[in-house]
Parts: sequence; structure tokens; C-alpha cells
Amino acid sequence: MKAGSRGRRLRAARGYGIAAAFLAAAMLASALVGAADLNPAATVTALLDKIPFVHLPSSLSSLDRAVLFQIRLPRIVLGALVGGLLAVAGAGYQGVFRNPLVDSGMLGASAGAGLGATLAIVYFSGLGPGAVPVAAFAGSLAGVAIAYVAGAVRGPGTATLLLAGVAVGLFLAAVQTFVLQRSAEDLQQVYYWLLGSLSSATWQQVAEILPYSVISVAVVLVHGRHLDVLSVGDEEARALGMRPERVRLIVVAACALAAASAVAVSGLIGFVGIVVPHVVRRLAGTSYRLVLPLSLLVGAGFLVLADTLARTVVSPAELPIGVVTALVGSPVFVWILRSTSAVRT
Amino acid sequence: MNAIAVHGLTVELDRVRVLHEVSCAVQAAGWTALIGPNGAGKTTLLRALAGLLPHRGTIKVDNADLGSLRARGRARLIAYVPQAPVLPPDMTVEEYALLGRTPHLGYLGGPGRRDREKAAEALDRLDVSAFADRRLGRLSGGERQRVVLARALAQEPQVLLLDEPTSDLDIGHQQQVLELVDELRRSRGVTVVSTLHDLTQAGQYAGQLVLLHHGRVEAAGTAATVLTQDLIARVYAARVTVSADPDGRTIVTPVREPPARGSTRLP
Repeated sequence: MKAGSRGRRLRAARGYGIAAAFLAAAMLASALVGAADLNPAATVTALLDKIPFVHLPSSLSSLDRAVLFQIRLPRIVLGALVGGLLAVAGAGYQGVFRNPLVDSGMLGASAGAGLGATLAIVYFSGLGPGAVPVAAFAGSLAGVAIAYVAGAVRGPGTATLLLAGVAVGLFLAAVQTFVLQRSAEDLQQVYYWLLGSLSSATWQQVAEILPYSVISVAVVLVHGRHLDVLSVGDEEARALGMRPERVRLIVVAACALAAASAVAVSGLIGFVGIVVPHVVRRLAGTSYRLVLPLSLLVGAGFLVLADTLARTVVSPAELPIGVVTALVGSPVFVWILRSTSAVRT
Repeated sequence: MNAIAVHGLTVELDRVRVLHEVSCAVQAAGWTALIGPNGAGKTTLLRALAGLLPHRGTIKVDNADLGSLRARGRARLIAYVPQAPVLPPDMTVEEYALLGRTPHLGYLGGPGRRDREKAAEALDRLDVSAFADRRLGRLSGGERQRVVLARALAQEPQVLLLDEPTSDLDIGHQQQVLELVDELRRSRGVTVVSTLHDLTQAGQYAGQLVLLHHGRVEAAGTAATVLTQDLIARVYAARVTVSADPDGRTIVTPVREPPARGSTRLP
């Protein structure tokens, strides 16, 4: 037993260490790579200089500084935020539904966001570009809410809820197709949005989604233990003194908020919410008390790397980030699945 | 003294009435077996006692009305082990036992040192601490049942509800599990209520039997009064002989109908 608890703590410490190092390395690599050639040493000192109480002279020119702090850094931070949100939301949904195939876009979230953005682009383009993120955010939350209400007949069972989510998603997607089909000139813009991008990242976007991100992530993280209890099923969880329906509602709401915040600033980026939690499970076991926080860190690092590829591979053009996450993520995922002997998911 | 008093309990599942006005009492620190044919309502009664089903009538546990208890308070009093517990295959034995501490934790709190100690103690008690790090998917049937009991024990309940605790075990492991449960009952004063298929086992381990038939209590009392040839023939439509072992415990033996003279036996 002693050995057991020591093993658990070691595994947790190792998991946090690896995940944090991965995120830091991804962010640094991303800061150094790009069209403008920044001197690595000068970039690192300029970054360290921003840490409180650290004062380091950096040889970075003022133009390079602007590139680093006004173009690259907001994009890196926003990417990290979006990746973390999507991964945490995916992991949270997987716990709530006891289903490893659930993604952050389930339950009508992606379809709702897509419809919201399409409506904004087609009918409300007069309101300026600011309308799209708001509409996507609202659409994503509305999609989940409709699915939840539709699926929660006589107390939400997980299968009914998921199926209702699929139905609502298909319905919303059909409405979106209908709207789009009647307005072909907006096709390109909607298509571009649907594939996801961080190319217009600003500090303001970071500031806008930060409050939602903090709240939703905090709520999901404190429910790690509850999700572990839920893994023995509703009835046994209830016999253990838990209220599964309430936990499910709270976690679904928080995950929906997290995913909606991400979608609002990045468009639809798939794959992160499903791959990252699985990679984490292979690294650190299945307890949600570890899977959730580690997914946050690894998801952040993963998306920063994916975005770095998206903006450099075909530079000066950009790849949609959703394409990169799938192109890079799927083979890596398959490789991880095959190379780990223990089947943990 | 009674640990549980059930009065006029009626339960409907999907609009079908499964229990009709059931009344019975369970002795504190005793072992009560719920017996009866398939579909008699044994599991439903057990789940109702665990507070998991909406019902009419009253269930009092330790003189508290079950309906008035909050979920956490109820779970501190009563542990419930279903016939086929869900064992997440990748969860470790230790993590699983720790789930038993759930009713003792605050909403935002995590398990502390005391909880880990209690879980470790429960694993130790059921002789499974050697594989605390093993995953649930790698356990044998006997080990699984002991690990599930360890989780229930970590809950520190006053009442232990077991649905067919021996159903998937060979005869040796069946006896081992029943002896363990009886040992816990005697050493900790835990009240045990279990459904049991095997009538001889019910007679051997339970001090009190409740025979259910079509959702009603057909008979209740000691093995000698409940396990009679007539009653079993009527309720189960079974041919048995009832005898007693040297210690006076009841033994129920199934008897095969003798073939009618001259007829060939059907396969």
C-alpha cells in the first residue's frame, strides 16, 4: 500500500513535469519560428525580461520586439488557451458520458457554433467582423442547451443524451447548409472559418475569453474526483452518496462554456478534444483528477505546435489549423495507440 | 433491536408494480437473506433499501426515515453492492477502494490521509492489499468480489446490502466470500442484508430469511420456519427435500422427479 501511494505520487509528478515541459518547449519553439528571423538568444532574454523582478538587456530591435510581443506572443497564448480549453472540454465530456469517443464538439456544440457563425456571416455582415465570434459562442452554447433539454427526458441518461446531441447536431448542420446554399457568395468565408484559424489573434481576444476560460476550467477541474466516481455508473455513484445528474449538468455546462470560448476565437478545430485526453491517459493513468489538468497542459502545447506548423509549412500562406491537427494528430495518435502495450482506454 | 424497519413498501418500475405493501424488519448486526424465485422482487427490495428507488411506504434505517436522509448521509449509513458491479478495467484496486470514501468527502474536497488509511485498511482486511496497484481488469472473479467488498468496507457503513454476492464464483470462493462477510458482521457489528439464490447457503449463513413471492412477503423468520418442503414446493414450484446438518443447520436438496414406469426418459 505504501508502495502504491508512492507510485501514484511519482506518476503524478512525472506527468505534470512532462506536460509542463512540453508546453514550455512548444511555446518557446513557436516564438522563435516564423517569417521574421528573430535571434534566439535575444528572444529568450526579451521574454525573460518580462518576468517580474527579472531585468535583462536584450539586443532585439524594436521591430523584432513588435513582431514578438504584438504578433507572435498573442497568437501563441491564444493557441495555448484554445488548445487547453478544447482538451479539457473533451476530457470532461468523456468522463461525464463514460465514453472515450466523445469530443468537445459533441452535443451540438460544433454544429451550433457553425450555424451561429454562418448566420452572422450571411445575414449580419453589416455588424462587422466582431459579430462572428459572438454568434459562434452563442450558437455553441445554444446547441448544447438544446441537446441537453432534448435528451434529458426522465433524468438524463448518458446514451439518450449523446444520441439527442447527434440529432440536434445534424439538424443544426442541415439548417446551416440550407442558409449557406442560398447565399453562395459567402461560401468561402464560412468555409475558411469552419476550418479554424488563429491568424488574427490579438491580446484583446485573449482578454475576451480569459474570464470564461478561467471559470469553466476551474469548474471542470474540481470535478475530477466526481468523474472518477461516475465511472462506476449512475446507480453505484448514487449509492456512494453522489448525485450523478447534478454533476453531469454542472460539468456539461462548464465544458460547453470552455468549448464555446475556444470556438469563438478560433473557429472549429477538431481532434484536440479527443486525442489529447487519450495521450494523457497513456501517460498518467485514467483518474480524472490527473487526466483533466494534464489535458489542459498537453492540449495547450499541442495546439501551439499545430499552429506553428500551420503558419510556417506553406509560408507565407497559412494552412487551416484544423487540417494540421488532423494531419499530424491522427498518425501520431495511431502510433501511440499501437505502441502502448497496455490498453488503457 | 432492528436496524431496518420496512412498512407498507410499494415500488413501481416502469409503471409495473414490483413490490406490494412489503413489511419486514432486519435485526441489527444480524444477517438477513432475501430469498425467492426469479422476479420475486429481491433485487428491487435491496435497491429500495439502498435508497435508490422511488417508493411508497416507509423505510427506517437506524430509526431515520430513508427518504429524509440526504444522499451523502444515506451513503455513510448504507453500502450497496450490486450483483454485477461496474469495475472500470483500467482503474487500480487502490483507486477503486478509495471510491468508498466518497460519502465522507466534502463536495470540493479530495481524499486525505485518513481516507487513504481507511481504504488501505479495508484492502488489508480483505487480503487484497498485495495488488493495490493492479488494474481491475486483471483480477479473477474471487479477487474482484473481495475488492468490491473492500470498497464497501471503506465506506464504513452500518448496513451492508449485497445482491447475490456469490453469483459468479465457484463453490470454494462462494464459501470464502460468505465467511468473510460473516466475519465482518461479527467483528464490526455491521448489519448484512443479502439476496441469495442458494437456499442452503441462505439457511447456513443468515439468521433471518425473508421469502418473497410475486412482490409480497410470503414468509419470514428463521431457516427452520421458512425453508420447509411445502413452502418451497409452492413458491418455487420445485421438488426438494429439507434436512438438517449435524449442527442443526438447514440443508435444501433438489430432488429429481422419478421417471414414470415404462416411459423412456426424454433428453
